Amino acid sequence: MKLHEYQSKFRFAEYGVPIPQGKLATSPDDVFRIAKEIGGPVVVKAQVLVGGRGKAGGIKLAKTPKEAQKVASGILGMDIKGLTVKKVLVDPAAEIEQEIYLGVTTDRTARKPVIIASGEGGVEIEQVAADTPEKIIRQHIDPFLGVREYQARNLALEIGLSREHWKAFARIADGLFRCYMASDASLAEINPLIVTGDDELLAIDGKMVIDDNALFRQPSLAEMRDMDDEAPAETQARQAGLSYVKLGGEIGCMVNGAGLAMATMDMTQLFGGSPANFLDIGGGAQSDKVAAALRIILADPNVNSVLFNIFGGITRCDEVARGILAALDEIPTDVPMVVRLVGTNEEEGRALLADADMTTATTLAKAAQKAVEAAKSYANAEA
Amino acid sequence: MSILVDKDTRVVVQGITGREGGFHTQQMVEYGTNIVAGVTPRKGGEWVGQVPVFDSVVKAVDATGADCSVIFVPAPFAPDAIIEAADAGIPLVVCITEGIPILEMMKVRAFLDQKNTRLIGPNCPGLLTPEGAKVGIMPGHIATPGTVGCVSRSGTLTYEVVYALTAAKMGQSTCVGIGGDPVNGTDFIDVLELFEADPDTEKIVLIGEIGGSDEERAADFIAQNLTKPVVAFIAGRTAPPGKRMGHAGAIVEGGEGSAEEKIAALNRVGVKVADHPEQIPEILSKL
Repeated sequence: MKLHEYQSKFRFAEYGVPIPQGKLATSPDDVFRIAKEIGGPVVVKAQVLVGGRGKAGGIKLAKTPKEAQKVASGILGMDIKGLTVKKVLVDPAAEIEQEIYLGVTTDRTARKPVIIASGEGGVEIEQVAADTPEKIIRQHIDPFLGVREYQARNLALEIGLSREHWKAFARIADGLFRCYMASDASLAEINPLIVTGDDELLAIDGKMVIDDNALFRQPSLAEMRDMDDEAPAETQARQAGLSYVKLGGEIGCMVNGAGLAMATMDMTQLFGGSPANFLDIGGGAQSDKVAAALRIILADPNVNSVLFNIFGGITRCDEVARGILAALDEIPTDVPMVVRLVGTNEEEGRALLADADMTTATTLAKAAQKAVEAAKSYANAEA
Repeated sequence: MSILVDKDTRVVVQGITGREGGFHTQQMVEYGTNIVAGVTPRKGGEWVGQVPVFDSVVKAVDATGADCSVIFVPAPFAPDAIIEAADAGIPLVVCITEGIPILEMMKVRAFLDQKNTRLIGPNCPGLLTPEGAKVGIMPGHIATPGTVGCVSRSGTLTYEVVYALTAAKMGQSTCVGIGGDPVNGTDFIDVLELFEADPDTEKIVLIGEIGGSDEERAADFIAQNLTKPVVAFIAGRTAPPGKRMGHAGAIVEGGEGSAEEKIAALNRVGVKVADHPEQIPEILSKL
């Protein structure tokens, strides 16, 4: 789960990271009032969960409160990569002497947190890593020991930060790391961390990604979720306990297990089709969950056929069959369906579906082939 | 013969009185696994079928000599269960539980690195040595004894492959599900090493998926250390970058972890990668 810039920065501040004394606004009038309070030039920043806000015109400098109000009315309501701007952050403008990148994330290979720093902040860090990997400095952090001061010093030295800032930098690195740990983040990033004209360090942009598996013990963070970040169907799926990602193709897929779901998607492509979605009903799904899944798949107008691939282990094939029948009762459809049921209670499952108008298959390859063919003839008939 | 578990493995089930723990204990017992004990705090003294329940892992080990634990406790309590098993000196711990926070797993790993305990999982289907022992949730009836070793990051996809192998009359030595989480206990390399050393494993199937670089490192290891032939399958060719695909591990982050990169890395070291799971037996038969 991603956090907005303002959510991330306000949280960093709780751990001693210096941030601009800005405020959140939802109307141009609010922006006017906040800018007046700040009293100097301000930056008005769109709060949407996509990159490239600046290039899209979502970040503007304003010298007076009147001007801030004017740019805010342009930014609020604008569309950035499909997301509507509903909130802006109004920060005092800062003079930038130097831009640094500082982030904490999980190194899967080392199985440890890692702090990444670069003297080339303010731009896409992936680009710096690709073009000039020597400018990316890493320090692995022991989760029990936290950031030791010498590690922060090493980072400061390697990124070429002048010595008078080392103490302040160490405090920021330590704060960011503690914030990452306490928030169950998979990423906590300051980009850029700047040296101001007054020779102070300041985190002027921030980003956090929270580990979804940890939200059960982070209730205050869980409440910060911005539903606009996900497609409505994905919100529906999440609330039903399903894992769903919409894709661009025409074959709806319903599968138990993430790996098998991806293999099933790949299979439709192998036989000349393309998947409309990733959908994992999870282990041990009951019929109501299956029905919810089918409703989500059929709500996608691109879907020209539905492929069910269920390998029963914990999941019982007869439960899945009941869910399919229940959903079809509720939403009659002429979209063709191809079903493959194998494993626990497969006989019962197949018997239940025997009277329904569905194509069956015994192997995954045959099922995928049939789903691709069915989608093609359905599309032709529609045309 | 096999790796990790066989009919002599003495298994303790942590979380035996829960819904999943109870159901799968019965399944494992029916399969012939030597389940010697269960653990649920505050329920010591009870019985689940023929299996005695203890209050702690230490008590269970003292009384029964258990040398393998399988964990079914819910995610908030699973890290504690893993550490408890390792602390009790159990050399092999299999954690089925999914949804453990990554930071917890990093701490668990740091602890296990100081102990002589091997962790399989979390978020995995466990281990299956056909006609020997089933430690976890793999459906036993799809497997048959033989000489193909299987290792996989996925659950049901493993079943699909094992099912196809059995249908083609290719039995398995042991099937190992290492789990799909970004931080886990045992990786591909660890299991490949075990299969290489196992005299009864002749060929190996590796089932990977997008995310991370486990498959790429496995490819390097295969090139340098393996004499036995390996066939691979990688799920997620159609997954768009930057999207989470159910498994915490299955996420393609710019430049690292795409199916194409993994397939290329495996092909470079001479490992054949199947286009789909049902093609694996055919490729194996030609090696």
